[in-house]
Amino acid sequence: MADKPKPRTEGAPVGRRAMLGMLGAGAAGLAAAPYLQKGWENFLAAASEVDATGLTGLLPNPGGFRYYSVVGSVPHKDETNYALTLGGLVDRPRTYTLDQLRAMPRTRVVHDVVCTDGWRVEKTPFDGVRLADLLDDAGVRSKGAAIRFTCFDGAYSESLTLEQARRSDVLVALTMQDKPITHAHGGPVRLYVAPMYFYKSAKWLSGISVTDKVVPGYWEERGYAVDGWLDGADRQGDAA
Amino acid sequence: MRSTAGSTGPTGRVTRPEREGRIRRFSTAERMVHRVTGYLMLLCLVTAACLYLGPLAQLVGRRHLMVTVHEWSGITLPVPFLLGLLSPAFRADLRRLNRFAVYDRQWLRAVRRRRTSPEARPAGKFNAGQKLYAGWIAGAVLVMMFTGLLMWFMGLLPFISRTSAILVHDILAWAITFVVLGHLRKAFEDPEARLGMRTGHVSLSWAQRHHSRWLREEREGDAAADAVDRRMT
Repeated sequence: MADKPKPRTEGAPVGRRAMLGMLGAGAAGLAAAPYLQKGWENFLAAASEVDATGLTGLLPNPGGFRYYSVVGSVPHKDETNYALTLGGLVDRPRTYTLDQLRAMPRTRVVHDVVCTDGWRVEKTPFDGVRLADLLDDAGVRSKGAAIRFTCFDGAYSESLTLEQARRSDVLVALTMQDKPITHAHGGPVRLYVAPMYFYKSAKWLSGISVTDKVVPGYWEERGYAVDGWLDGADRQGDAA
Repeated sequence: MRSTAGSTGPTGRVTRPEREGRIRRFSTAERMVHRVTGYLMLLCLVTAACLYLGPLAQLVGRRHLMVTVHEWSGITLPVPFLLGLLSPAFRADLRRLNRFAVYDRQWLRAVRRRRTSPEARPAGKFNAGQKLYAGWIAGAVLVMMFTGLLMWFMGLLPFISRTSAILVHDILAWAITFVVLGHLRKAFEDPEARLGMRTGHVSLSWAQRHHSRWLREEREGDAAADAVDRRMT
């Protein structure tokens, strides 16, 4: 065999060392992440208070909300054209305007918002109508066992069991952080399911339908848990 | 200057001067590996931006589509590399990228002292910066794949929380973004280097100026190979 001799095999394998060094740094990062996370959040909280540029919002795990939508564009709705329909297995199907919802008895829930993607917004106040009150208003028939939520973005959907839906910390929310919910945050009306991950809190809520069994929602058909209970360390805000 | 892309394949030693003073730097297989890897990396970074940056996310939406494209462009990122391993020229260049010669340390010293003249920065086929970049980006892509898979398949390794995987994935994503931008900037500053990656050939004068030890080493290698040939016959 007249193979070409391997060029320069005598030097130090620095390329390999660079690669292994990066792998080591990655492993160390994973090991240290739980500790880094807390310090990082504290640093960002401090930094974002003095940051007028908003650049801290680009950093990993910035405090605050991130915008998620599963469609290309979402229509804007306000007092003039918003309607929430409540139907399915109920005695009295309802359609609520925004003003009608605002006139109903309101409940305030303060709880951590936790996304499965690792960001969290601590002690966020939501205000709105208890889902349980709306269900009582329409009268759930005995066959009703679950709720399906649909949204005016035309694609998103969510689900809860009837038992979950009747919890006192599940709201049809009208305000967030004491301000009307903006379009980017799912306004004018969104669901807020405080004890679960935030994907269960459907944005741009437009339809509530009582069903005889749970119909998996948008992300749930794509592998997410149907019961989105906060687990482990994420439940730390439960005292609220 | 006319392109030599698609010219006759190298039959003799790869770096023997070919027509018009141009010499072969990369084989077709190597350029395909680079091109496909580049496109996949671009796809990864663009979809990451659409998922991660608020204004872009609001503009683009379509989260499930972006997630799917991001996951698959990420998971297939090493495929061109693995296929490239079938090519002897690619394997030979990996060996060159891996090994540091004495003059590579001189190159790094020149960078630290901000000496930019090619004479102060001796290099073989690849300079020390290219060697470090290649090794680092290989490790970084593997870490991104690992943390990405942890996010994709929740509960794959229960002792690593999804939040931890996301933190490492996010921080390293920014590092990769800036390093790849640096890589692109270097390429834009050097048209002949880009031509080499596009056509496979570079001018002899460019090679002598920016990779002075490359041709010398090849000649020494050829001489050694010839000696082996003679012994074999």
